[in-house]
Amino acid sequence: MASLWEYANPVRFMRTSGALLPWVTAAAAASLGIGLVWGFLTPEDYKQGSTVKIMFLHVPAAMMAINIWVMMLVASLIWLIRRHHVSALAAKAAAPVGAVMTLIALATGAIWGQPMWGTWWEWDPRMTSFLILFLFYLGYMALWSAVENPDSAADLTGVLCLVGSVFALLSRYAVNFWNQGLHQGATISVAPGDRISSTYSYPLYLCMLGFFLLFVALLLLRTRTEIRIRRLAALRARELRA
Amino acid sequence: MLSLLLRDLRLAVRAGGGFGLGLAFFLITCTLVPFGVGPQGDILARIAPGILWVGALLACLLSLDRIFALDWEDGSLDLLATAPLPLEGTVAIKALAHWITTGLPLTLAAPLFGILLHLPPAAMPWLVASLALGTPALSVLGAFGAALTVGLRRGGLLLSLLVLPLYVPTLIFGAEAVRRGAEGLGASTPLVLLAGITAATLALVPFAAAAALRVNLR
Amino acid sequence: MIELGKYSATVLVAWGVSLLLLGGIVVQSLMAAARARRSLEAEEAARKVKHG
Repeated sequence: MASLWEYANPVRFMRTSGALLPWVTAAAAASLGIGLVWGFLTPEDYKQGSTVKIMFLHVPAAMMAINIWVMMLVASLIWLIRRHHVSALAAKAAAPVGAVMTLIALATGAIWGQPMWGTWWEWDPRMTSFLILFLFYLGYMALWSAVENPDSAADLTGVLCLVGSVFALLSRYAVNFWNQGLHQGATISVAPGDRISSTYSYPLYLCMLGFFLLFVALLLLRTRTEIRIRRLAALRARELRA
Repeated sequence: MLSLLLRDLRLAVRAGGGFGLGLAFFLITCTLVPFGVGPQGDILARIAPGILWVGALLACLLSLDRIFALDWEDGSLDLLATAPLPLEGTVAIKALAHWITTGLPLTLAAPLFGILLHLPPAAMPWLVASLALGTPALSVLGAFGAALTVGLRRGGLLLSLLVLPLYVPTLIFGAEAVRRGAEGLGASTPLVLLAGITAATLALVPFAAAAALRVNLR
Repeated sequence: MIELGKYSATVLVAWGVSLLLLGGIVVQSLMAAARARRSLEAEEAARKVKHG
């Protein structure tokens, strides 16, 4: 088995990811398709009515919004410490997907909150934290597109991601302190006496898996795009010098 | 170190309105808000902590891009980077200079603006204390944002997008302390948390800012 | 069509918005990928012609 670091070589990454991409895409499409249809066909909840169906999009999107930021943090650290270009490009490629996930979580939350809590928007800690997370995604992407030199951009966004992570976490606790919210606690727990019945949990798990695989597929695809763009720029630069 | 600090201060004063501009902006904010929400004293008193803190935040933001931009343009930033003083120290000094020209006058003048907004007298000490504890963090975080965007031609807007989310915890605890003070509750908990954030920011963020500066000077 | 009860508009809007956003990012990724691949292939083909 080759060491993980060998995938930091763009050529090897391109080869492996190219072979992997169709399978991941197929798995993502299958699990997301089945999970969403299954989720859509679940019976109504006695309290929440049919709005419980929003959960199958809201919860996985919220989960991925946070996980993608963590993945970007890890990728940025790998870039800053070991200077692997693929890692920096992967962080860049992940950011728009994360922003979209955050937006889905916010939008579905607002639409869900309207009939359940009687308001579109409430300055509830979790919603507020997600709004702040969205701002961090926006700033991160804006910095990437503003800096021209690709290596400097990777360095600067990496540092921003590091500092941003600390402050996103701080904001989470600060917001909690500032306003106790309407959200229920953890929806899913592994402890016995689950708060959510298996009617809903199985399709929910499948949707989570689907969202995760979709992210992996998009990440591979977008990282491949970034590598190609970088290679194109390198070719053109060589042309100019020759 | 001291000479760098004095030089920055002198530059800020000579550039016109190092002290005055932030304060004038703060005054305008506090004047415009009553026009927006109406002159009722009880409403103003309720929102005064938030207005004062947000106003301080924005006034602080105004002069951030000047922290490094001038030195970047005339090349003295390169000299500072090769000077015996570590770049982290330079960043800290420059943030301190920024704080002395914006954060400190804001803190001292805040009670006056509090009167304009009908802030209850009981909250005044808390307002001054929270601003004194919170604004240093604003300056250091601002220096970090300025270091990230120093090489960019139009960094101003980007700078605010990058820096304002970082201000959220400081704003929350600062305004909360004033609000609790105004209601006569114990305000020491948010104040302690605010001081904690400021201390951690002062200790750690200069390293990140110096790293960003080194990248931009490469 | 399954029955969504009194919240049908809420559910449909939420699902519509989400699927639209997901579809948007997928389409954007695919289009960017295709564009990058095409221009890289064109560049490499041009290089081959020039250098024989």
